[in-house]
Amino acid sequence: MAKDGEIKSFPLPSSIKEIKGAEDWRSMYPYFSNFQPEDDNRFWFYNGMHFPEVMPPFDVVSAEVPYSAIGANTARMFSFPTTMGIEFRIVNGRVYITANPVTDPAQIEKRLSDFLQRAGHYYENWDSIYTGWQKRINALIKEIEAVEIPTLPDLEPMATIMETKGIASNHYVKANFHKCIELYGIMWQYHTEMLMLGYGAYVVFFEFCKKAFPDISDQIVARMVAGIEVTMYRPDDELKRLAKIAVDEGLDDLFVEGCKAATVLAEMAKRGDAGKKWLAEFEISKDPWFNVSNGDGFYHHHRSWEDDLTLPFSAMPRYVSMIKKGENLNRPTEKLKVERERITEEYRALLTTDEDRGAFDQMLGLCRTVFPFVEDHKFYCEHWFSTRFFQKIRGFGTLLKDRGVLEHEDDIFQLQHTEATQALTDVMLAWSSGGTEIGARHWRPIIAKRKEMQKALATWSPPPALGPIPKGLNDPAFRMLWGVTEETIMTWAMASSDAKEVKGYAASPGVVEGTARVLKNVNEIGDLRDGEILVCPITAPSWGPVFGKIKAAVSDIGGTMSHAAIVAREYGMPAVVGTGTATKIIKTGDKIRVDGDRGIVTILS
Amino acid sequence: MSASHVLNFSAITKDDVAAAGGKGASLGELTRAGIPVPPGFVVTTYAFRESLLNIEQAKDFEGKISKLSGDDIAQVKAVADPIRELVRISELPKDLVEEISDAYNKLCTLSNVAEVAVAVRSSATSEDSADASFAGQQDTYLWVQGIDDVLNAVRECWSSLYSVDSVSYRRRRNLPEEGLAMAVVVQIMVNSKCSGVMFTRNPVNGDRSVLAIDSSWGLGSAIVGGEVTPDSFLVNKITQEVMKRSISQKMHQEIPNKDGKGVKLEEVPNQLQSQPSLSDSELLSLSTIGLQVEKHYNSPQDIEWAVSHTAVGSNEIFILQSRPETVWASKEVKPVAAPAEKAFMHVAAMLSAGFGPKEK
Repeated sequence: MAKDGEIKSFPLPSSIKEIKGAEDWRSMYPYFSNFQPEDDNRFWFYNGMHFPEVMPPFDVVSAEVPYSAIGANTARMFSFPTTMGIEFRIVNGRVYITANPVTDPAQIEKRLSDFLQRAGHYYENWDSIYTGWQKRINALIKEIEAVEIPTLPDLEPMATIMETKGIASNHYVKANFHKCIELYGIMWQYHTEMLMLGYGAYVVFFEFCKKAFPDISDQIVARMVAGIEVTMYRPDDELKRLAKIAVDEGLDDLFVEGCKAATVLAEMAKRGDAGKKWLAEFEISKDPWFNVSNGDGFYHHHRSWEDDLTLPFSAMPRYVSMIKKGENLNRPTEKLKVERERITEEYRALLTTDEDRGAFDQMLGLCRTVFPFVEDHKFYCEHWFSTRFFQKIRGFGTLLKDRGVLEHEDDIFQLQHTEATQALTDVMLAWSSGGTEIGARHWRPIIAKRKEMQKALATWSPPPALGPIPKGLNDPAFRMLWGVTEETIMTWAMASSDAKEVKGYAASPGVVEGTARVLKNVNEIGDLRDGEILVCPITAPSWGPVFGKIKAAVSDIGGTMSHAAIVAREYGMPAVVGTGTATKIIKTGDKIRVDGDRGIVTILS
Repeated sequence: MSASHVLNFSAITKDDVAAAGGKGASLGELTRAGIPVPPGFVVTTYAFRESLLNIEQAKDFEGKISKLSGDDIAQVKAVADPIRELVRISELPKDLVEEISDAYNKLCTLSNVAEVAVAVRSSATSEDSADASFAGQQDTYLWVQGIDDVLNAVRECWSSLYSVDSVSYRRRRNLPEEGLAMAVVVQIMVNSKCSGVMFTRNPVNGDRSVLAIDSSWGLGSAIVGGEVTPDSFLVNKITQEVMKRSISQKMHQEIPNKDGKGVKLEEVPNQLQSQPSLSDSELLSLSTIGLQVEKHYNSPQDIEWAVSHTAVGSNEIFILQSRPETVWASKEVKPVAAPAEKAFMHVAAMLSAGFGPKEK
């Protein structure tokens, strides 16, 4: 292990070697995502938190659109004093990001005065703005749900003539596809609209606590701030509710370990009124609460519970048997509330001056004002909206398949969205001309090659960072979202792949030993066995039920508020997050010790 | 009360320094606050003065010592050594011997042992007793068994007032000899499985939300003497979570001598060296007691504690001593932040300074 100061740089972007069989990876992505020669002079880190897998070409939309929104928010709308926005690049299919700092003192001062005015308006009217925001996001979800995937009949319906619509169906092939992309853009603008300000409020309170109580843990700060009724707990709560109904109605025999969703649903239909009642309740739970992505909503193949019932149904047998044993699965919200206030009051009482108590009250108050948004936006944006978005795009994939352009509907995700526009234009033209789409001949070989390349790229372990180590890095967004600070960077820099120990953030206390299960991809979730320790790039909220099975959780990326941390605390199991390299160093089957008190994972054998 | 020769801990409060000395008063105070302290009694300053009356030459002590120069060690030695010896071998008043014997026998009965092992420590009344250099010069006798040895240890403690170091210390500071007195604490010796020190704030960074606990096998003297690297724990006062634990290799421990006299340093059995010397439940009980002590004194404390191999009364964990924490208490208290005109201005302030190198 190298000593401090010996490491000056991570690998330079230009030094990254191509992967055999994927030399042509650049052809899958937009030109502006390519590393440029001058990028070697900047520090980049792998955003494995949001993009833990190789990017399929279409899915780059979930990088370009959010970064376009984040920068617009911090740089142009609210004038964050010391930061513009985030830039992203792709190498070997992986997304790296960096922030553009503002360093000129005069400019910082100018930006600060604008920030005070603009951010001040939001902070001071937060609740009413959030109420309006909820209306806007709900309307936006309705809007994307209403987007139609055109069918292209041999002859336009009579209505087109009699109602003098004047527009034929083929127009909507491209228009409605564009509508989806446009709505997705708006969703991300809404998403960041309040989020960066929300994070700012949290980080300021967090830093205060760290100064006043140097030993305070991230999770205690989070506990003082966190809401009790959080929307992201709701999908899991719905499963518990359905389990309870199953027990009450005498349907519990259907939920046995390994039961299949389709079988259970078919059996339900044969179980008379009780079965009917359960199915009706199931429908109520599904919309909207099953619109929760198995990932974080950034990949097309992170299907939602609604798309793929495997995950919710694999959680049900456990809940059913717990209810039968008489266990209360309801979260003890009153107790949690009382406990939160007790912790807050006792910390406050330990502050030594009136000034500190005054500042504490202000910062905590602001935090608690912004936190309902911070906690709940995820469900509406990344989960509900994004589930609908990918469903619609898949619909256009079906259209392309039906028209013979694509072999499979999901092949649309092998096209960049601009390329998908071209393929759809091909369809519009062929339908209108009475000719045949040319796309099959053009796209199919490209898609086949791309799939091979992505397979090859999946074998590459991306370094946690690229470029020179920055002198000072204290970006609130980086710290909050990615857990990236100077210390993290040093840890990454010192880690070598033969290390027996992986360090990260102590996210949830406790120490356990067990067998590791490394899941690099959410689709491998079925491999997980009872009592294993989950080691993953990042966990998503919908993995909640999985936590009932595992002993501990370890993630590559994640900070204070990362989902692995929150859920692990909820389940009272040890967790270490933000290790940077756990999925690289730990192998499935390794015996490991997870020390959630100190943030250390040790490979025992 | 000051006329009593012997006082039970339960009869002493923190205001009884004149009779019981600093240490005795503190142990009494803790006992009365319901803190588990190994049972014991104090041989008061009154008993000391009365015993001096038994020594014929004692009336001259004051005069002889007052004339000494603290820097002339040879001269101090020439005067102090004979005085010390006189005190050491003096015959104790009969009624005092009886009272000490009664009190000692009660401790034996309490612990169901014929001759219970006790620690005998001097407990000075001087205001300077908090001064480490002076406190260090007073004597402590560990694992003392049987009334004869107890009485000897009491005289040894008294005589330590006339050690060369002690006398020259007083002379250098020009402290009066008049009214000089020494109380002696006699306390059941906990046969410690493990023992150590607990600060009710982090001694390294001053954090008041945690308890810092150092612990090692055997009697506490090994830690204080720096003979082992102890296990070290940080416990959150508010949530009771163990926030940090560092388990070290503890090579040595002090244990009572087999012949029942004094203590010895020995190697810790191999299989125990790297084991945590405190279990989680012991850690929590100890933390709870630490908080109780801090609350009682209303200030952060520096506490010596021990976990006994066997219960004494209904307790296994004992507080041996508690002093106010002084290092951080004496530092100037500066606010971390002050209220802003509006709450969100804190965010603006942080963001403006956001990219500079982080404060250390």
